[in-house]
Amino acid sequence: MFDKLKKAFGGSDEAPKAEKKVEAAPVKEEVKAEAPAETKAASAKPRIGYIHLSGCTGDAMSLTENYDILSTVLTDMVDIVYGQTLVDKWIHGTFAEEMPEMDVCLIEGSVCLQDEHSVHELLEAREKSGLIVAFGSCAVTGCFTTYARGGQQAQPKHEAFLPISSLVKVDAALPGCPVAPEMIAKTVVAVCEGDLDYLKPAMDLAACNAGCGCDVLTNVIRQGLCSGCGTCGLACPTRAMGYSEGRPSCDRDRCIKCGTCYVMCPRSWLPEGRIKKETGL
Amino acid sequence: MPLGTYKEALSARSTEQKILDVSQDGGIVSSLLCYALDEGIIEGAVVAGTPDEDWRPIPTVVTSSDEVIAAAGTKYSMSPTLSALKEATRQYGLEKVGVVATPCQVQGLRKAKAYPFTRFVADKVNLIIGIYCMENFPMASLDTFATAKLGFDSLTDASKMDIGKGKFWLTKDGEDKGLAIKETHGYEQAGCNVCQDYVAEWADVSTGSVGSPDGWSTVLTRTDAGESVFKAAVDAGLIETKPMDDVKPGLPLLEKLAKGKKDKNTAERERRAKMGVRIPAIY
Ligand SMILES: Cc1cc2nc3c(=O)[nH]c(=O)nc-3n(C[C@H](O)[C@H](O)[C@H](O)COP(=O)(O)OP(=O)(O)OC[C@H]3O[C@@H](n4cnc5c(N)ncnc54)[C@H](O)[C@@H]3O)c2cc1C
Ligand code: SF4
Ligand code: SF4
Ligand code: SF4
Repeated sequence: MFDKLKKAFGGSDEAPKAEKKVEAAPVKEEVKAEAPAETKAASAKPRIGYIHLSGCTGDAMSLTENYDILSTVLTDMVDIVYGQTLVDKWIHGTFAEEMPEMDVCLIEGSVCLQDEHSVHELLEAREKSGLIVAFGSCAVTGCFTTYARGGQQAQPKHEAFLPISSLVKVDAALPGCPVAPEMIAKTVVAVCEGDLDYLKPAMDLAACNAGCGCDVLTNVIRQGLCSGCGTCGLACPTRAMGYSEGRPSCDRDRCIKCGTCYVMCPRSWLPEGRIKKETGL
Repeated sequence: MPLGTYKEALSARSTEQKILDVSQDGGIVSSLLCYALDEGIIEGAVVAGTPDEDWRPIPTVVTSSDEVIAAAGTKYSMSPTLSALKEATRQYGLEKVGVVATPCQVQGLRKAKAYPFTRFVADKVNLIIGIYCMENFPMASLDTFATAKLGFDSLTDASKMDIGKGKFWLTKDGEDKGLAIKETHGYEQAGCNVCQDYVAEWADVSTGSVGSPDGWSTVLTRTDAGESVFKAAVDAGLIETKPMDDVKPGLPLLEKLAKGKKDKNTAERERRAKMGVRIPAIY
């Protein structure tokens, strides 16, 4: 199942074969999409890494808010193989410890270009991971680190913060400030089940590296698509979204550029298949 | 299937005079909300009210029958109703919420349930009452109908607004004035031109006026939740029903209008796509 996923993210054309291969995760080769995948024995569960760049840990906290399924996920469904917060394993200063191979690496936070370690960890993660998931809006769009400009103690030069897709190929994006617990739960289940249909929108969002309340202006209102339904206001975590003459109107001084409003708008994309499945209608 | 998936179609009307006095049609929306509130099925709902009685719909959280009834009646302009769900679940702290929604709002809500990018809001909605919708108008369009086309001094002079029998109606001092629907074309919002849903196909229960006689509503029960609330309200004596086959013009007209909308707006989507303008991506 898991193999099917990686294949969709640009892996080899070979049909998924034996169970052993399915679980094997020959990560690097498949991402590069060149040579046919090479098999390696690995654990039966997806190996998950979690990297914390310039984020606030809110997305990881959000993961833990799935109280009722968390222990099942952590014990039965996945192996967390890398991450400072979750398993106290990370490559630090001297890069003495090696980053393990990962099937999925969740990356929280944007990347500070002047922070050598962050850049290194991100590039290394791309090498070592089957899938890179931009986990939360800071990773997806930069979110409020968009406004960083340096000049603060003790690293006045730390001034440029980019969404991770600016530096590496991202396979799926989960925006949200923080990404919602329910969304994480649904995604984890879809990943474990190889439910590509569910993951498709997140995969299509992966290339996005900009997000702002003006997305609904640019991509919905100006395209003659807005129906004034109010979903973007429901989505906004900062209540920056108000309405005027039935149209969203973003308070740019409140907007933190998380990109959630546009992603939630039913006139940006509509998951008809999934809705029909969930409602039986 | 121009009407989507449904369990049962019925013609129905509230048995409560104080609802019928203010409701748009059979008062089905208000009756269901009042019943669901009384029974604790929901703790509150988001609806479209008009606090200034100027016909401009304002998303409103209601938690009592009186508030439900105060918000009855159709306002033919856009209400960003779903934005008030934040207020309902955060300030009001409601755990079980009802929503009255046009088809596009039902879509927003169902998407928010399927892809909950916003934490702990959409999962608290447990009753979606959909209302049929052919199109919606900016307030300035309604002003034009009232003043330039029907000769009112102001839109606020109108005591009732309705669309039916091929006309857009405004009532002033007990007198109805009608404007041919043809005259309203070109005044609807642009987003309605790509809308393919007439009867709120993804609601728990949908209702509207078309198909039933004046003062009655046509109801489609869709999900288990929608069916059970509707049946319970009927059993409790709050709603009376007639088989759809016994009323005129009945389902054939509803089906015809729903199909007409789908065909027309599907063609508009295709036209826009051909020009290279954005249309919603469907997954
Ligand atoms: C823009 C619009 C177009 C419509 N077009 C059609 C049509 O073509 N054919 C048809 O059969 N029916 C149409 N309807 C539905 C119809 O007008 C009634 O709303 C419906 O029959 C319910 O009547 P009721 O007596 O059961 O509701 P009531 O008990 O009167 O309650 C009406 C409910 O609708 C809510 N509401 C009012 N205005 C809006 C709004 N703008 N957006 C969201 N919610 C609102 C109110 O808050 C209230 O809760 C339309 C409704 C709207 C809002
Ligand atoms: S969610 Fe989309 S369609 Fe709805 S009001 Fe916002 S921009 Fe308009
Ligand atoms: S308006 Fe709100 S939801 Fe949209 S990008 Fe800004 S903060 Fe995020
Ligand atoms: S026609 Fe469609 S888009 Fe327009 S208000 Fe009605 S449901 Fe919404």
